[in-house]
Amino acid sequence: MVSSGEWSAVDILEQHLAAIEAGDGAVHAFNLVTADLAREQAVEVDRKVAAGEDPGLLAGVPVALKDNLCTRGVPTTCSSRILEGWRPPYDATVVTRLREAGAVMVGKTNMDEFAMGSSTETSAFGPTRNPHDTSRVPGGSSGGSAAAVAAGFAPLALGSDTGGSIRQPAALCGVVGMKPTYGTVSRYGLVAFASSLDQIGPLATSVADAALLFDVIGGNDLLDSTSLHRPTPRALAVLDDGVDGLTVGVLSEFLDGAAPDVVARVHQAAEALAGAGARVEEVSVPEVAFGLSAYYLIAPGEASSNLARYDGVRYGLRVDAEDVAAMNTATRSAGFGAEVKRRIMLGTYVLSAGYMDAYYNQALRVRTRIIEGFTRAYHHCDVLLGPTAPTTAFALGAKVDDPLTMYLSDVCTIPSNLAGHPAISVPFGTGDDGLPVGVQLLGPALSEGTVLKVAAVVEAAAPPLAAPVLVEGTPT
Amino acid sequence: MKPGWEMVIGLEVHCELKTATKLFCGCPNMFGDEANTNVCPVCLGLPGSLPVLNQKAVELAMAIGTALNCEILPSTFHRKNYFYPDQAKDYQISQYDEPINVNGHLDLPDGSRVGIERAHMEEDTGKTSHAGSSGRIHGSDYSLVDYNRSGVPLVEIVSAPDMRSSAQARAYAGELRAVLVASGASDGKMEEGSMRVDANVSVRRSVDDPFGTRCEIKNLNSVRSLGRAIEYEADRQIALIEAGEVVVQQTRHWDEDAGRTVTLRSKEDAYDYRYFLEPDLVPLVPDAEWIDAVADTLGMMPAVRRARLVRLLEESGGASESQLDQVATVVDLRLDDLVVSAVAGGVSSGLALARTANEAANDADAARRLDPAAYLALLTMEAAGTVSATQAKAVLADLLVRGGGDPAAMAKAKGFEAMSEDSLASTVAEVVVAHPDEWGRYCEGGEKGDKLAGFFTGLVMKATRGQANGKAVATELQRLRGG
Amino acid sequence: MAEPGRLTREDVAHVAALARLHLSDAELDLFTGQLAEVLDHASDVASLDLAGVAPTAHAMAVTNVLRPDEVRPGLDRDEVLGQAPSVEDHRFRVPRIPGEAP
Repeated sequence: MVSSGEWSAVDILEQHLAAIEAGDGAVHAFNLVTADLAREQAVEVDRKVAAGEDPGLLAGVPVALKDNLCTRGVPTTCSSRILEGWRPPYDATVVTRLREAGAVMVGKTNMDEFAMGSSTETSAFGPTRNPHDTSRVPGGSSGGSAAAVAAGFAPLALGSDTGGSIRQPAALCGVVGMKPTYGTVSRYGLVAFASSLDQIGPLATSVADAALLFDVIGGNDLLDSTSLHRPTPRALAVLDDGVDGLTVGVLSEFLDGAAPDVVARVHQAAEALAGAGARVEEVSVPEVAFGLSAYYLIAPGEASSNLARYDGVRYGLRVDAEDVAAMNTATRSAGFGAEVKRRIMLGTYVLSAGYMDAYYNQALRVRTRIIEGFTRAYHHCDVLLGPTAPTTAFALGAKVDDPLTMYLSDVCTIPSNLAGHPAISVPFGTGDDGLPVGVQLLGPALSEGTVLKVAAVVEAAAPPLAAPVLVEGTPT
Repeated sequence: MKPGWEMVIGLEVHCELKTATKLFCGCPNMFGDEANTNVCPVCLGLPGSLPVLNQKAVELAMAIGTALNCEILPSTFHRKNYFYPDQAKDYQISQYDEPINVNGHLDLPDGSRVGIERAHMEEDTGKTSHAGSSGRIHGSDYSLVDYNRSGVPLVEIVSAPDMRSSAQARAYAGELRAVLVASGASDGKMEEGSMRVDANVSVRRSVDDPFGTRCEIKNLNSVRSLGRAIEYEADRQIALIEAGEVVVQQTRHWDEDAGRTVTLRSKEDAYDYRYFLEPDLVPLVPDAEWIDAVADTLGMMPAVRRARLVRLLEESGGASESQLDQVATVVDLRLDDLVVSAVAGGVSSGLALARTANEAANDADAARRLDPAAYLALLTMEAAGTVSATQAKAVLADLLVRGGGDPAAMAKAKGFEAMSEDSLASTVAEVVVAHPDEWGRYCEGGEKGDKLAGFFTGLVMKATRGQANGKAVATELQRLRGG
Repeated sequence: MAEPGRLTREDVAHVAALARLHLSDAELDLFTGQLAEVLDHASDVASLDLAGVAPTAHAMAVTNVLRPDEVRPGLDRDEVLGQAPSVEDHRFRVPRIPGEAP
């Protein structure tokens, strides 16, 4: 629209800034709104359009960035006190790619501290609220990004997904969220949580928009050793291919722990796919039931090492003390919230002398078994279908005091991270409480094209979802 | 070393690799730049940064492995987790249980062989300087950190506990340094810290006993301090055992000024490094083609170079003890090619070796750049008596300064021309006449008398300002004596 | 899974020290219970046959990712030091260091 000159990038931006101004008091999707920088970018896009230059694939499209993506000169906090005020001296690769594509970056979104959480309640700067019901959580950890898209603050957002942190909030907020294959999107400039699981991905109001954003941010990056060289096919190009002849497996283990209203929506989506020409069958991958256990040993293990660098020496918070070790301890104790401390300690424990084999190495073997289980399923299925989250959005505060129950929110999303496989959450009607339900499609490595085209069919068959209505002001 | 005891030594040597950039980022690998100028998100450990392995560093590590007769294997990197302010990420990326090089050996000049357990890659830390009252860690008020060195590529070479004396440990360190330099992997400067040595020392009463409890000694800044520290530590351990006490496994710090080792930390304080596979890097799997290509770039190793010179000496009658020392010096300074080319040009191996080890070695940097043809020409002149040894040395000094030239023309320009037989004879006669007593005793011969040949030769040299050929003087003296 | 024994309060205190975290007594009690619960849950993998199974650390099997030994521009020193809590003489200043590096 912008590139055709129909709308100006500045007009579009101002509409979204106005929406943020009106609604973010109630939602708290953003840690920071970068209105001035966004205006500069929008003006530049309009200049290019006027000059007949190519303004890029995302010309003038407002994009919200999760606050764990480094933005040069713009505070990047990971919603943690320990990084408060830190201005990275460099841009994440995805930020560079967005800039080159003409996107307009409107702000940094709230998240669970260091992406550790499933409700955005572990943010040091207060929770984000679900735009569909501000007494509910938006999911997490990319709750700010999901809420921003759901509330109409930005049509596109980036999140990161280590155990479901894009898909679960997408489901709870009624938007599309995809975790791509590990290695298809550069992690350079994504503040690490668990390096072997982290992956950046799109959140959007439609499958097509998610595919477009994925196309822009994906591709090999020499700054990330785990970035894949294999070119991914243009995801957007295959969206309308349909599901005729494809086999969709409904993953029974994912249905086991899910609420009946969520299970009903999954079956409804399966029927829609069958109606569109797919072969639908029930499949079992018993190994995925152990994903949560493996994840809560592997991810904290890596995190305990990744978060060691917040020591008060080079950047971020420092709490002074008489010697350097005491300074490190005082800084970290004051700078990290309870959930981050829990995971650092869990991870330190499972890596420590005497426990490494019993916990961490054993978890890596479970990971192997999960991959083998998926491989077996993909011998006869093209994609797998299940719920994204076991329930719709829960109330703020409902699970904060019970970590294990909170962790169970990710039981359906974690296996894809352990396997490195792509998966997408697509809104599919509501639960009994009227809140959004997301269904999840999973595919083997590098099957984004297939996953997205199946998602497009699910999206087309989805019951309508009412747009959230936000009341101005701060919720009480 | 106290009789009745044997020491057991293993060395861990860290060497900095001679790359243009750091191990995991494109910052310059430079010594001595202004603080914190060679830094980027990766080597500062900034949130979101990721390491990418330097190909040249891998190839230099493989070169070291090849030079140390190691097997080169598929390898991985781990994280070694510990808090220290010079460690930008608070973990060090290092190879752990799957190192690139294993099971090698190094042959020392004395013919002994030391096993190499492994030679693995890792990153260096930043540099901490201690400010305040003492300038040392203990007692300093605060510290300052410079991350220029953070991420500089290192290879750690771990020997087997195969050494049995401080002399052997010193020889190992010296030979390893020569191998590192010869392989092009490192400049091996121990004093500048580009080669750092830690020693594991234990003692036992008999070769049949199991190894004793070892202590690791750090802060060894020269080959000399390595030897001193090992001797001190072995004596300390023996004294403990003989006093009925036990050696406690610990890390000790060598205090060069005090000439002793002091406790740094005991095994009980050992760090729990929580090693795990570095998820930000992928396995390194060199194929045979790559390994061979790296091996092809390797020059001759010092042991081979020494053997080559010894062979030349043996071809002309054998090598004396002092000549073996000269061989070691020449190879150490990488001047052996000069000797080899001179011998190939017809100069005797003894002369070529002596001039190289004694004179060319004085300015080894210049000598390595010297035109071998000019060197051959000069030595040929000296061998033929066209110039005296003294004159040859003077011309060589000029050659080294200029990097080459025509030695004949240079000798002429200096007025160095072989004396005619007549003028030599008359000078010898003058000297003889001036010292009748000495001449008389010389003519009596015998051991005492013969020694006076040197006295007369010296006087002739003085009178001719070194232009006389020593051999010709000796011949003339004998002729006058009627011998 | 081999049974390493239930997580104790002392384990948590030890781990907190390793991770340079200070915990109050109340936090120690709370975290001990919560972490033990997570570890107990994780012990469900004991029912999975893992004998002879190779561990997977990287989901995607990539090898030999290397960069050329070429200098790339680094960061501006003032920008870097501008983010530091304490700086002196163009270096990062830290309180005294009680021990030597490992």
